[in-house]
Amino acid sequence: MTVLPLPTRRQEDWRYSDVEAVAGVWPLPDPVAIHVGAGEQAAHRLLQDAADGAVAIHDYAIHVEAGGRCTFHLLNIGGKLGRVTFRVTLGKGAHFGLYGAMIGGGEQTLEIVTSVTHAEPDGTSEQIVRSILGQKAVGTYLGRIEVARDAQKTDAVQSIKAMLLDRTATANAKPELEIYADDVKCAHGCAVGELDRQALFYMASRGMEPQAARSLLLQAFVAGVFDDIGDEAERERFDTAALAKLEALAGQGSGA
Amino acid sequence: MSLLRIENLTNTVADKPILKGLSLTLNAGEIHAIMGPNGAGKSTLAYTLGGRPGYEVTGGSVEFDGQDLFDMEPHERAAAGLFLGFQYPVEIPGVSNLQFLRESLNSQRKARGLDPLSGGEFIKLAKEKAGLLGLDMEMLKRPVNVGFSGGEKKRNEMVQMGILDPKLAILDETDSGLDIDALRVVGEGINAIMRKPDKAVLLITHYQRLLDYVKPDFVHVLAGGRIVKSGGADLALELEREGYAEVLA
Repeated sequence: MTVLPLPTRRQEDWRYSDVEAVAGVWPLPDPVAIHVGAGEQAAHRLLQDAADGAVAIHDYAIHVEAGGRCTFHLLNIGGKLGRVTFRVTLGKGAHFGLYGAMIGGGEQTLEIVTSVTHAEPDGTSEQIVRSILGQKAVGTYLGRIEVARDAQKTDAVQSIKAMLLDRTATANAKPELEIYADDVKCAHGCAVGELDRQALFYMASRGMEPQAARSLLLQAFVAGVFDDIGDEAERERFDTAALAKLEALAGQGSGA
Repeated sequence: MSLLRIENLTNTVADKPILKGLSLTLNAGEIHAIMGPNGAGKSTLAYTLGGRPGYEVTGGSVEFDGQDLFDMEPHERAAAGLFLGFQYPVEIPGVSNLQFLRESLNSQRKARGLDPLSGGEFIKLAKEKAGLLGLDMEMLKRPVNVGFSGGEKKRNEMVQMGILDPKLAILDETDSGLDIDALRVVGEGINAIMRKPDKAVLLITHYQRLLDYVKPDFVHVLAGGRIVKSGGADLALELEREGYAEVLA
């Protein structure tokens, strides 16, 4: 068995990663394969909350056959490196939806790397990622969409937003389109911002303590990402974990 | 006793002097109106009292209910009983009005050593105050001011004032953007909530029309960063009739 050489930052997929941290877990196991048959529906999710200092890398290879639908909810908050990658291939009329949130502080590196191939016509994909980064955390979204020559009527959407709580935090967002068909819709939006100072003052003027105001605005920023998780207990688990991480982050005096 | 005592207040915004020695005293039970031409410093006064970042106090003093106002952070001023009605209420997507208000009210209660209101008690209070201002409860379930018309935003400010029940309300052009009917409702709301012996209101306005509904005890003209003329309710009528230039000449 041949072992791949360690990745370097020269490779696009690893450009913003913590490659030193990867060395300790190299070589990586094969990606987790998810196969969604024709006309089937699948809902997957991952709550990545590895311990402080851990290296957590999760790779998925997802294939959705004609008319199938696959949704994936992801909360990426743990470890010194938390990296989740998706290599997705969509058949005719197939759908893939990724709803993700990354919340990081300290010196965490959190990444979502996707490569979605619309191999056949009429496929749809939607990726919504919200990141909140404080202190020296780095959050990266790299999202490649490839539309094959025959994949007409493809509809692909990427909405990526990041919120920086400190000047020392970093957000990278890079949607990348490679389109070989001529009748497709590919929309992408990226925004990196800070907490709205006007809103913070408005909330303070009503008596809200600065930390509570920040925490509420941050909750609002990621609100909705996990709304579609069908299993109520699971939805609650994701929301609770996100909230706990946010409160830990807001409590560390970020922002203002 | 005086609820608000401003003495010789000076400030800068982006290094530019705006307030240039403003003095004004409000006693409990009084409603004061501040009128003045554009750029006189009316909104600056409101924001400075509210503690908005960027409104730098460079001199003078403000005492609020016996405390040094500038010793308090904006949220502490609110908890001490100061309410600032915004000329342009801020939209907060993703946060419902009810959540926003309940959090605000309970923060204030905590600062005063009171127990938080339960969900049921809070909803009852919100319903009562929304009803007073003719604002549909459904609106309060929506995100703060998002998609509200100008008039709805101003009504919402007054609903907030009703729920938070301050000692002193500084209302910055609460009348702007209101049609005649909304103006009457808002005016009556201000009277119902604030016209009390232990409360005071500082109404900042361009026009006399709100004063038809909320009759001020005193009217002041702010020009060039200080109060240049004070009088009774008649002064507002005189200003409306003759214009600032004439009255100040």
